[in-house]
Amino acid sequence: MPRLPKPTDDSISPDFYELEREAIFKRAWLNVGRVEQLRKTGSYFTKNLNVANASIIVVRDRDGEVRAFHNVCRHRGNKLVWNDFPREDTEGFARQFVCKYHGWRYGLDGTLNYVQQESEFFNLDKGCHGLVPVHCEVWAGFIFVNLAKEPEQSLRDFLGPMITALEGYPFEQMTERFGYRTEVHANWKLFMDAFAEFYHAPVLHAKQSRERYAAAGQKLGFEAPYYRIEGPHRLVSTAGVRNWEIGEDAVKSSEVLTRGGLFGPWDKPELGDMPPGVNPGRCSPWGLDSFQVFPNFVILIWSQGWYLTYHYWPTSYNTHVFDGNVYFLPARNARERVAHEMTAVTFKEFALQDGNTLEATQLALETRAVGRFHLNDQEVLLRHAHKVVADWVDEYQIANGERG
Amino acid sequence: MTPLPAEFADLEAFADKWCLASEPERYTARLSSSMHDLQAFYDAMEPRAAAAIDYCDRYPLDGMPEAVVNLMHLIYSFVNVSFPVEVWLQPRVPDSGSAYFTCFLEPTP
Repeated sequence: MPRLPKPTDDSISPDFYELEREAIFKRAWLNVGRVEQLRKTGSYFTKNLNVANASIIVVRDRDGEVRAFHNVCRHRGNKLVWNDFPREDTEGFARQFVCKYHGWRYGLDGTLNYVQQESEFFNLDKGCHGLVPVHCEVWAGFIFVNLAKEPEQSLRDFLGPMITALEGYPFEQMTERFGYRTEVHANWKLFMDAFAEFYHAPVLHAKQSRERYAAAGQKLGFEAPYYRIEGPHRLVSTAGVRNWEIGEDAVKSSEVLTRGGLFGPWDKPELGDMPPGVNPGRCSPWGLDSFQVFPNFVILIWSQGWYLTYHYWPTSYNTHVFDGNVYFLPARNARERVAHEMTAVTFKEFALQDGNTLEATQLALETRAVGRFHLNDQEVLLRHAHKVVADWVDEYQIANGERG
Repeated sequence: MTPLPAEFADLEAFADKWCLASEPERYTARLSSSMHDLQAFYDAMEPRAAAAIDYCDRYPLDGMPEAVVNLMHLIYSFVNVSFPVEVWLQPRVPDSGSAYFTCFLEPTP
């Protein structure tokens, strides 16, 4: 793996972005949501995957299976499911999908059930005109799709043992959710870079922590104790000296009152035994595991018994939509709910700081004034992230005869 | 007027402005306030927050009377303004000029 330089062209080139769309986003398994979003038969949501030039419907069918289809009517190609604004996603509950244009109807399994004035068509075989399916598999309640004609790997093989060892974590019980979204004016990989190292934490977030905690971080270098790379995926774990353990002058007065903050609720819920995939480095004390699932999905498990997901959805070579979701066990009382509020608000304050730095990086990279950048040991996951992207693009180009 | 439980009548001056049901409303109120106003709200809430949380804790989350829900919303606003008052010393996250982060989903209450 190259120690340096970090390739910069992969974040500022429209041509490279077009390659990523084909080589990565139309070939890799992409997480599009969780099964809790589809509570009963007929529950559905749509997902625009502009990066893969697709829009899909994800639905729970009559057998309880989660299925995905291209969101395109077979008659004249109208987008099948949308509300008010065709570019926006929607969700809801349906017994069948009815096209707004000419009324063709599809069952939850994609079957074309009804054609308006069918006799006016010539030899139309309804059996051959169901919705076009998209490969869809569920792991640990996470719904993934793959837009390839035939995926090169099953979802399980793609995820590999480091990720599948998280099975058994009570994701399905953590249904109290805060959802955040923003459009970032930077290449999608730059935000992944930001959350792949903790070198920035004591500097960028210095003000956010009480002086004593920030000073402790800068002195120690805030180094993460455990990194792991497996296939295209990555993990970094942090040691967990939580700010309230340092002393009262390391916490905000509102944190003391609400018993919540960056690390989560101070009072950890009882989750039972953890699966072996959680804190695999056996860090003690342990703060969090940040699993970066290739290409654009992060599962971040905190030792205080809650988790985050991040998605980075590219919209152009220098813009992407970032989705951040915060998940807790449902609060049982006002006290727990207030601790969750403090945790979620703190997450947003940190993310706002991270987000704006990215636009500044993108602007500076695009000047091409500097072409070589030095990465330190703590930034090992960045090196891997950019290398895997380059590898997938190379592989694709070779397979398609675009390169020898 | 936005009702609060009688025990928290001392916070009524802040209720109309800060008893807001959603994070986007609370965040918008924060950004459109002066530091003077944020500090005044914070100073009123900080000594009362522990009692307010205790009070709300007596009710089930799914069966809170309106005045208690309002008090919960007031506590959430206190959480939101704690950052400008305790950390940033300005309403906005520093250097977040063009950055935004829309909360599109949150639990109720």
